[in-house]
Amino acid sequence: MSRQPYVRPMPKASWYLGNARYRRYMLREVTCLLVGVYCALLIWALAALSSGSPERWGAFLAAQQNTAMVVFHALALVYYLVYMTFDWFKLAPKAMPVQFGEQKLPGSVIVIGHYVAWIAVTLFVLWLAGVLQT
Amino acid sequence: MSIARKSVVWGLFAAGGTLSAFLFPAVIALFLLVALGRVPPGLEFANLQAFAGHWVGKSALFLVIFLSLWHAAHRLRVVFHDFGVRRDKAVANAVYLVAAIGTVMTAFYLYRI
Repeated sequence: MSRQPYVRPMPKASWYLGNARYRRYMLREVTCLLVGVYCALLIWALAALSSGSPERWGAFLAAQQNTAMVVFHALALVYYLVYMTFDWFKLAPKAMPVQFGEQKLPGSVIVIGHYVAWIAVTLFVLWLAGVLQT
Repeated sequence: MSIARKSVVWGLFAAGGTLSAFLFPAVIALFLLVALGRVPPGLEFANLQAFAGHWVGKSALFLVIFLSLWHAAHRLRVVFHDFGVRRDKAVANAVYLVAAIGTVMTAFYLYRI
């Protein structure tokens, strides 16, 4: 015979509002929407590119060029950096601790390594896109 | 979900999260440049076609989009739960289906280039 366990009543849709850590968690998790949006934009770009016509590619680029898009991308970049990229790096030593024998690599080393690699990757992508060429 | 399947979903989630955490700030910055009307030379038609036409570029684009899509889908499934939606099976089917459609579209467009 098992007794009914006591379940503390908790609002299903607003449980995170009263606690700063939970709010931070929710702000972090909703970045998946931005990942989805940019995947969709990339697929849209591939569709235009794979048509084989420079006109359709030009039309795709033209469709991206308006003030609303500028504002969206600028806000998205800041939000994404703070809540996705930097949070992901912050959690990396907890998700993937590195150990040599008995010795554990300090978390700060792993985080700094992530930042260094991120700067390198970003510069590489920008170089690949020709942004860094004069 | 069985433990074996869970590890696959988690593996895709972690790989996609790492890739998108590292790469998407640069991707967003490129979209911002385009939106500002300053299209970098690498994004001109011929250059981008050459990049996406090479198997290295093709594979890189496919891996990044495929893994990021699965990452977003899996995370969105949990977000739905966190916002109080308790119909996990329907949510999981919907988000994974959208990710699968996006993956097939990516593969098709890349194949066509």
